Amino acid sequence: MAGAGVREFKRRIRSVQNTQQITRAMEMVAAAKLRRAQESAEASRPYTDTLQGTLARLAAVSFDVRHPLLDKREDVRKVGYVVVTADRGLCGAYNTNLIRTVDEAIERDDRGLENGIITVGRKARDFYRKRNMVDAEFIGLGDDVSYADAREIAQYIMNAYENEELDEVYLVYARFINVLRQEPIIVQLLPLETPEEDTSDESTRVIDYLYEPSADEILLTLLPKYVGSQIYHAMLEGKASEHGARMTAMGNATENANEIIENLELAMNKARQAAITDEILDIVGGAEALKNA
Amino acid sequence: MAESTFMLEIVTPEQILFRDEVQFMVAPGAEGELGIMKNHAPLVAALDIGVLRYENTGGTQKRMAVSGGFMEVIDNVARVLAETAERGEDIDVLRAKAAKERAERRLQAREDNLNLARAEMALKRAISRLKAAEAL
Repeated sequence: MAGAGVREFKRRIRSVQNTQQITRAMEMVAAAKLRRAQESAEASRPYTDTLQGTLARLAAVSFDVRHPLLDKREDVRKVGYVVVTADRGLCGAYNTNLIRTVDEAIERDDRGLENGIITVGRKARDFYRKRNMVDAEFIGLGDDVSYADAREIAQYIMNAYENEELDEVYLVYARFINVLRQEPIIVQLLPLETPEEDTSDESTRVIDYLYEPSADEILLTLLPKYVGSQIYHAMLEGKASEHGARMTAMGNATENANEIIENLELAMNKARQAAITDEILDIVGGAEALKNA
Repeated sequence: MAESTFMLEIVTPEQILFRDEVQFMVAPGAEGELGIMKNHAPLVAALDIGVLRYENTGGTQKRMAVSGGFMEVIDNVARVLAETAERGEDIDVLRAKAAKERAERRLQAREDNLNLARAEMALKRAISRLKAAEAL
């Protein structure tokens, strides 16, 4: 009868529709979370910008400050990578791209040094744990990035650096460009390079500040905070990128599901046509046989 | 009184906690308290963990606990950057008391793995929070 084949198609269509419902819901959730992540990133700008501006200004007037975090080491033995990934998948190539960026950096570094990974996010942890490269893991930090978490990570890294467990540290995260584009980037975290003053702005005035205590001393107290703020910034960007990537991936999945459903419906209709044609042929054939008998 | 006010901004990594005109402020500078009024000279100062006080346009004194950082004063805008800052009225006094006792116990017990600097900072933070909440 018009039976088995068509029923099978119906079952498969329903299954694809169910998946589509999930991908559509995930797309909408990601969109909402993206908006929140962008708001957090926006809210962090005044702090980050002021800190950077002040550091640059202090660095410009302090010539020979010495701080362990600024010390470039002659003898580099171990390089650390702080990798900010998602805790979950289903976000396209987001996690893979970040991990590939780290692997390429390690590959490119021809000094043949030991490498250690500090993972922020479960996906990087899972990947590097299999390779026995994880120095420290910070996972399950949730969708709301908190500065307290960033500071804890910064504290770990600064300790490892000052104890000479790590001699260079890089920060790897995805920069959020737009919903469709997130770009993995690597920035040097330690030894610290103080930000440079933005001299492109014509209106920059030379202001004679009073410093209390001295500019050098203020600079030294701000350096560890700068590490924290860089990590916080990377986590915020990473979060926005993750949700952007997931939104795009789930949008594509929803569209693909539409296509599959269309194809299945077409095939189902064809199968039903064929079944009907078969039946008609059967009946006609039977009638012919009777007539001839 | 509007002529004698200046802008105070208290900025943390997560938000701008406060931004309003004030009549004067006293910040916990690293080398002692710093009082700021309108037309202060350009200043950059390191801040200690402690209590920041200000008087709003209505003449009411308010307190905030800040966890150190720095302050920049220019063109009648005082911008305080701190990793954490809390309004006195928002502080959970019971929690702050518990934190203070915990830190004191840790400092007294002097266990081998004690990170002295960290324990002292924790105690200082707890005390400043209690002071900001005017519970000490």
